[in-house]
Amino acid sequence: MIAQNVLLNEQEMTKWLNELQKEHQKVLFWEAQAKGEERKKFAGLRQEIERQQQRIARPQQIDYQSTAIKLVPPQTVIKNVIMAFLVGGSICLIGQIIYNLFTQSGLGLKDAAAATSSFLVFLGALFTALGYYDELGKVAGAGSIVPITGFANSIVSSALEFKREGYIYGVGARLFTVAGPILVYGTMVSILVGLVYYFVR
Amino acid sequence: MAQNKIGKQTLHFPSTPIITSWASVVGPMEGKGPLGEKYDLVLTDTLAGEKTWEKAEQKMMQFSIELALEKRNLLPKDLDFYLAGDLLNQITCANFTARFLNTPFLGLYGACSTFAEGLCMAGVLLEGGFAEKVGVSASSHHDTAEKQFRTPTELGDQRPMTAQWTVTGSASIIIEKTGTGIILTHATIGKIIDLGNSNAQDLGSAMAPAAFDTLKTHFEDLGRNENDYDLIVTGDLGLLGHGILKELLKEKGISPDRFNDCGIMVYSPDQDTHCGGSGCGCSGVVLTAHLIERLLSGYYHRILFIGTGALLSPLTSLQGETIPCIAHAVVLESRGE
Amino acid sequence: MLLKAFILGGLICVIGQLLMDLTPFNITPAHILVGYVTTGAVLSGLGLYQPLVDWGGAGATVPLSGFGHSLAQGAIEGVKSKGLLGALGGGLQATSIGVAVAIVFGLFFATFARPKG
Repeated sequence: MIAQNVLLNEQEMTKWLNELQKEHQKVLFWEAQAKGEERKKFAGLRQEIERQQQRIARPQQIDYQSTAIKLVPPQTVIKNVIMAFLVGGSICLIGQIIYNLFTQSGLGLKDAAAATSSFLVFLGALFTALGYYDELGKVAGAGSIVPITGFANSIVSSALEFKREGYIYGVGARLFTVAGPILVYGTMVSILVGLVYYFVR
Repeated sequence: MAQNKIGKQTLHFPSTPIITSWASVVGPMEGKGPLGEKYDLVLTDTLAGEKTWEKAEQKMMQFSIELALEKRNLLPKDLDFYLAGDLLNQITCANFTARFLNTPFLGLYGACSTFAEGLCMAGVLLEGGFAEKVGVSASSHHDTAEKQFRTPTELGDQRPMTAQWTVTGSASIIIEKTGTGIILTHATIGKIIDLGNSNAQDLGSAMAPAAFDTLKTHFEDLGRNENDYDLIVTGDLGLLGHGILKELLKEKGISPDRFNDCGIMVYSPDQDTHCGGSGCGCSGVVLTAHLIERLLSGYYHRILFIGTGALLSPLTSLQGETIPCIAHAVVLESRGE
Repeated sequence: MLLKAFILGGLICVIGQLLMDLTPFNITPAHILVGYVTTGAVLSGLGLYQPLVDWGGAGATVPLSGFGHSLAQGAIEGVKSKGLLGALGGGLQATSIGVAVAIVFGLFFATFARPKG
């Protein structure tokens, strides 16, 4: 047993790792020959050695990570946030304009909302297919991911990417690689909300 | 004691296998990079006239080995062995290229270190007297790599600043027992180094310690230091990994002046790749298009080429595993008579 | 109303951007979208999302949290009209048009377009 969280130098480290490796091999050999309770005892011992093997490298890893992290180029957060705000806001603005047009043309409020979403999904899908949406996403980040056009982008991009694998396992299956989890968890939460509402009402 | 092994991990090739021919094929973006005019063939689009990117990558590899053979007036049947690898599942590009060549074939996987691994193994085959001519290829393709390792190419996500751009390119070389060209004198086979990085969008940080470990062992085994080389070039650490390697070198008192990285050389800074290039093709095309030429012209006399590879899969990154990395070093010299 | 939609929509997107840039985890679009839908649904269930929609209109409905809002409101409506069964089907019913449209266009464009890379 060695003390935890001690940064070992390379020789010590190699020495300990070799030692542990030797023991691991030996215990495994005994474990393979043992039966019943005996075997469980050896398995426990072996797992303890495996944990030791992982633990021993940990301080060295932390030491390296702290060196490496200093050199990581910073994300351009301010620029990203501004672009996300402008693009995300603009997409919502377009949504509002479309919604206004739909309500003016005589659609009910609910139908107008659904029609607006559908139209934005169409736009998102169209620009993805034309190859512009990923360029927009590079600049806008969350600004083009969060609106419903981003949902359309996630559907069309994965379907497009895998169309060469055929229409069943390619397009059909991949349509929902990103959208699937959204529907799964969205639906689950909505059912929970419904249930809570049912019992609380 | 193994006859041709020096120290812990270094192989010596006293018969000096010779790189007699080489060729590189790249995609349009690499063609616009700083080395653009030096590649043998720059494709006009990433599909290379094929239906899928995977087929396009396979064609690139085939083109590069065919070009290398043609330059030397050889045919595939003249090769004793063909060694190749790429990044795709089951190294399909290499396997499918070998299907065309009809030569004895060994598939390699060392992620982005594949080209260096191929050079090492070709050296071993020639030194052992098992072959007279060996072909080595490695390839990568930006779109196939994104599709396999990351997200669909049309998905509107932001690449983090630490990300590297997989090079669309393939390189091939022919190594022979006799001939004229660049000689292979030593190779250092790396160990797996894993310092706990798990971010698949930051492979430079993960691979730098592996490159450092191989480099250190190489110096110890041969009793050399950085001044024995005109250039020490790593495969695809990128800007971040290269910076970290320099830090590690400084800590050991090694001057980082003669170090460079293929991932930095392959693109110009305004190409918006963030940390530079990566992929099997990256180190391969820079070596074959640029470095070998400089060795030939006498600009460099001896270089150390260290291929670095991050051995992750999309599954292991999802499972939260850390990334094991490897680096193989090869000493290349111009024949100084 | 247009200005309000722009501001609210922009701010909702900024939250996502900050989550991606300032957290040490590798957050992908899928994480963001799932997070927004579930958060939107929960807020809506608590009655906190409707005020946003009233204030900012499309600024609150166009971001994917609005999709979560529709799901949750659908489930609540469902309970009102059909009881327990409505809790199960209401959410999907309310959003069925959007999902159907996404499938139609997804399939359509995947058939006729090619990924540019």
